[in-house]
Amino acid sequence: MTNTLSDKADRGAPMLPGTVHRIESAAESPTRRTINRFLRHRLALGAVFVLATIALFALFAPVVERYPYEEIDLRARATGPTMEHWFGTDRVGRDIWSRTIHGARVSLIVGIMATAISTTIGLVFGALAGYYGGWVDMVIMRFTDVVMTFPSIVIMLTLAAMLPRTVWTIVFIIGLLSWPKFARLVHGQFLSLREQEYVVAARTLGIPNRRIIFVHILPNVFAPLVALVTFSVGEAILIEAGLSFLGLGVPPPTPSWGNMLEAARNLEILRDLPWMWIPPAIMTVLTILCVNFIGDGMRDAIDPRLVL
Amino acid sequence: MFKYLIRRLLFSLPVLLAITIIVFALVELAPGDVVDYFRSPETQMTEESAAQLRARFGLDQPVPVRYLNWLGSVLQGDLGYRFVDGRPVAQVIGQRLGATTLLVGSALVIGIVIGVPLGVFTSLRQYSSWDFFLTGVSFLGISMPAFIAGIFGLYVFAIKLNLFPTGGMRPVDHAPSLFESLHYLALPAFILGLQHIAQYMRYTRFSMLEVIRSDYVTTARAKGLTEQAITWRHVVRNAILPVVTVIGFSIPGLVVGAVFTETIFSWPGMGTLYLDAVRGRDVPLLMGMNLVIAAAVLLVNIATDLAYAVVDPRIRYD
Repeated sequence: MTNTLSDKADRGAPMLPGTVHRIESAAESPTRRTINRFLRHRLALGAVFVLATIALFALFAPVVERYPYEEIDLRARATGPTMEHWFGTDRVGRDIWSRTIHGARVSLIVGIMATAISTTIGLVFGALAGYYGGWVDMVIMRFTDVVMTFPSIVIMLTLAAMLPRTVWTIVFIIGLLSWPKFARLVHGQFLSLREQEYVVAARTLGIPNRRIIFVHILPNVFAPLVALVTFSVGEAILIEAGLSFLGLGVPPPTPSWGNMLEAARNLEILRDLPWMWIPPAIMTVLTILCVNFIGDGMRDAIDPRLVL
Repeated sequence: MFKYLIRRLLFSLPVLLAITIIVFALVELAPGDVVDYFRSPETQMTEESAAQLRARFGLDQPVPVRYLNWLGSVLQGDLGYRFVDGRPVAQVIGQRLGATTLLVGSALVIGIVIGVPLGVFTSLRQYSSWDFFLTGVSFLGISMPAFIAGIFGLYVFAIKLNLFPTGGMRPVDHAPSLFESLHYLALPAFILGLQHIAQYMRYTRFSMLEVIRSDYVTTARAKGLTEQAITWRHVVRNAILPVVTVIGFSIPGLVVGAVFTETIFSWPGMGTLYLDAVRGRDVPLLMGMNLVIAAAVLLVNIATDLAYAVVDPRIRYD
């Protein structure tokens, strides 16, 4: 442990030969250092700010909405942006501003929940395969390889068309088919971590495997996982938008950015009512852009070899 | 090399089999079938005739039996017949495969021809304003999914500027000339390639910067070689290696993007056909297409590894 002889008084004093300083107290903890490195990433920080704003609008959608998102105003059908309807209205007179911020809710919830599911599955599979090795490893990782070989969006399309259309169906479809990348990463980490002395020590002490996996090893996997999780949220948002765009995702009248964009498949709407599809299109791209900036910032902050 | 190729192909077979089993199970275990698709309030189909129809499609048999029947005929080279209109699946896929291959192939070429040189260009001018500008644009590029790029592209270039047709593959009234075909192809192919231009550019830049810092490049410079020679003979040739792999692995993504691009531009390819098959619960067509897609992905993976060996003489598959 640290030398108790040194105290605060001599830290500023010139170092004398033979003096033992409490080096740790001057250094930052790894977590603190990572956060500091992230904060130096200006683009990522800006992206956090923008994304937080979008999330706040989504969270307080019922407060900041001007009209209920499903309210039909027959006197103002397909009108462009006005003082009453900031972003205009669609063909049945629903307010696009309200639908955009409610759509943010759906998109963000789908992105976060689907990623929560896929991360959990990937963690469990990867941890089991990496920790136990042998045939468990063989079976799980070969299965992972097969699932990874095939473009999973094709299967998602297929399932989305056949299962009942609800928001939760979409969440589960995306979540249940996006785990292989997490399994691979966690598997690799576990392979190297399980040989470390502290794990061997824990095993010698007779600590049950389950506890070693979840309490001793798992926390060490989180750092490399954060960036991947971030990118994955963006990917899930895109998949939802894509499925809804094809008419296979979130069912109307619930607005999501994807099913608002579906309107643009109609050439007349695309040409004559651009305010109907421009807001969800911009919001989707903006959100993904922010997520990518944040993910990049995290990856750089976590990578100890990189000098920022 | 030849032995390696044979081995890889043989190893692909169980993977292919596993994929078809998974897809078949998912499709068959989901509620509903093609008969439900035919049924509507207007047709007023009785339970009895629905059961008859199911028996005709063989849907009254248990799922494993149906899978084995399907597999049996596939092994004899028969992909079966569409539920919806009874046309042979192989023929239907054959008609659409060309259009998608053309679209995806063009997008891939556009991605490589524009993306890789841009990556080399920016890496040689790191931190210049060109570098900042193009890296920023590429960030926008990778964050823009094919369907949103498609909507914007269609709106700006086809509707507002009227430079390209709004959809389809050829004019309806006459056989297209080569120029006309290219005119129809240009916008969808470029839109589909957009994300990949950005991706290849970013990766090439990254890879170049890694190589530029290596010792042998300093040595080359110390020997007094011209910058031209260093860049093209020493840096690019090594930096391009990992890019080949990235390009190979990005091809399945192009196929997925094609589903959206084809929908937006009414391109008569596999993507729109797949959506038809999915909506109509057309199991034979669905299975046939999944088989083709899976085989294509596996072949592309093998081809990528072989291409890697071709560009990098240090790698030998024996």
